[in-house]
Amino acid sequence: MSVIAFAKNWNGKFKNSSYELVSYTKNLASQLNTKFIIVSIGEVKEEELKSLGKYGAERIISVNNSQMNTLTSRVYAQVISELAEKEGASTIIMSDNESGKAIAPRISVKMKAGMVAAVLELPITINPFVVKKGAFSGKAFEYVQIDSPVKVITIAKNCFGLKENQVDVSIEEYAPQLDASLFKIQVLEEEKQTNRMDLADADIVVSAGRGMRSPDNWGIVEELAAVLGAATACSRPVSDEGWRGHEEHVGQTGKVIAPNLYFAAGISGAIQHVAGISRSKCIVAINTDPEAPIFGVANYGIIGDVMDVLPKLTKAISNSK
Amino acid sequence: MKILVCISNVPDTTTKVKFKEENTLFDDSGVQWIINPWDELALTRALELKEDAGNSVDEVSVIHVGGAQTDVTLRKALAIGADKAIRIDACPADAYSVAGQIAAYLKENPFDIVFSGIESSDYNGSSVGAMIAEFMDYSGVSSVTSVAFEGDELILYRAIPGGKQKIKAKIPLVAVVQKGIATEPRIPAMRGIMMARKKPLEVKPAIEMQILTKSVKFEMPEAKGACKMLDAEHVEQLLELLKNEAKVL
Ligand SMILES: Cc1cc2nc3c(=O)[nH]c(=O)nc-3n(C[C@H](O)[C@H](O)[C@H](O)COP(=O)(O)OP(=O)(O)OC[C@H]3O[C@@H](n4cnc5c(N)ncnc54)[C@H](O)[C@@H]3O)c2cc1C
Repeated sequence: MSVIAFAKNWNGKFKNSSYELVSYTKNLASQLNTKFIIVSIGEVKEEELKSLGKYGAERIISVNNSQMNTLTSRVYAQVISELAEKEGASTIIMSDNESGKAIAPRISVKMKAGMVAAVLELPITINPFVVKKGAFSGKAFEYVQIDSPVKVITIAKNCFGLKENQVDVSIEEYAPQLDASLFKIQVLEEEKQTNRMDLADADIVVSAGRGMRSPDNWGIVEELAAVLGAATACSRPVSDEGWRGHEEHVGQTGKVIAPNLYFAAGISGAIQHVAGISRSKCIVAINTDPEAPIFGVANYGIIGDVMDVLPKLTKAISNSK
Repeated sequence: MKILVCISNVPDTTTKVKFKEENTLFDDSGVQWIINPWDELALTRALELKEDAGNSVDEVSVIHVGGAQTDVTLRKALAIGADKAIRIDACPADAYSVAGQIAAYLKENPFDIVFSGIESSDYNGSSVGAMIAEFMDYSGVSSVTSVAFEGDELILYRAIPGGKQKIKAKIPLVAVVQKGIATEPRIPAMRGIMMARKKPLEVKPAIEMQILTKSVKFEMPEAKGACKMLDAEHVEQLLELLKNEAKVL
């Protein structure tokens, strides 16, 4: 009846989403009146594993195997399902990110467990087990009931927040028997933009659209992002034109993000764009057109030219520091 | 080599969504249906791979689980360039059952590469592709932004936080694709539309599949409060509000 959660690490380090997962799982376990286990896969130092204890992880199972540092969804799914069976877990949780999206569906099939992706809250009821998620790209919410005895959910980023709850951590090592035939994909190389803040993790995002007029004008976007410690993003036409890289494209067909603060500079606020940002806690719009639909979803708006307003904001923030 | 592209039939992205029967069902009256945007990109890339003479791709087919009303969408996929469309005649109840139906077809009719979109823009389940991989016991690569052949193997790029990984994979394989896989979705040309009429659209009976999840209710987001308009000449007001009112700075 217990709960098992997979906390993903990136090069041996956890992120806020991993801690949020622990917070969510702890609360779900108490809602279900049961225990929970956090599983970690790949090489992670003991100290780092212990950091999960700040959010209530009492029991951690670590598969400390360097062969498993990069994601092979088949292998990860196999290990997590094995542990879930061993521990008699009835609910399996992970974050809704690139690894959760790849692993959770496999576990669902392996364990004949109904799965819901990108859950937004703790279950509304546990018997029946009903969870809330977004549908129609942020235009609506859907309540989904999972009828199978074992349930798999992934949780949306920033859906729950971090709830500190320091506990003593016990770490067990687990060495799965793995068939070499499962490792059929091989990572040849990894390219990372180390100097840039990742969009999915950023608390603040400065995003700009076609209203910037030319890729040459992006300096003022980057400067504002720099003083705020923010990531940069863009609308789809901007990435389609090659003004910015695809990884910055947010919206229905790009990344879906949920930062605390989202600046939309020279972005009209088309429905497909808003689909990717509507879970932001606070939206600031800067646009010359008072009728732009972005003002309909923004919390704060400035009618003005980006070329004028962005540098002013940068300056005001620098001055206030 | 054969490529199968999974197609989801979704409301046009500009659709104002409405629900009926006490918010338990999506109201599809007046809705325009399209190929799920990622699936359209996947199909585009599959066709590019087929057209490149250096590759030995001899078939690109599309598969969909749904009722007869979705044939229009499948005809569009044929018009874009798919060789064959397969519709499994079942209501797409949940990701598990859809993936199970497609896997059952694949077991009888093997393909080397299966493409699926990262998510479907209606119920945003984002799991069919990886589920197919598991049902078939295939390797899978998710978050794929680029795919090309290197001999009989595939070179794929997978998006990871802050970067990407270059991956070499053997077939059979399921690639769950996202933005970047192709630049622009292809649109059907007149010739394609004419040819699509003659291309096969096979309708297959569904297999018995358990349904593990069900939708119980929909809800619209709460209306947002009015946007507070601020003066472009006094941006410090905005900072003040972000700090003390919204508490996000
Ligand atoms: C299937 C489909 C999927 C799509 N998916 C996405 C998606 O994922 N993400 C996405 O973003 N779009 C998406 N789109 C495109 C979307 O419909 C819009 O075309 C796009 O978001 C518009 O981008 P924009 O706001 O940058 O440009 P525009 O719509 O051209 O808006 C530019 C804005 O800048 C303002 N402006 C101009 N000059 C200035 C200035 N000097 N100072 C301040 N403001 C200025 C204008 O008033 C205008 O509001 C999709 C479309 C389709 C059909």
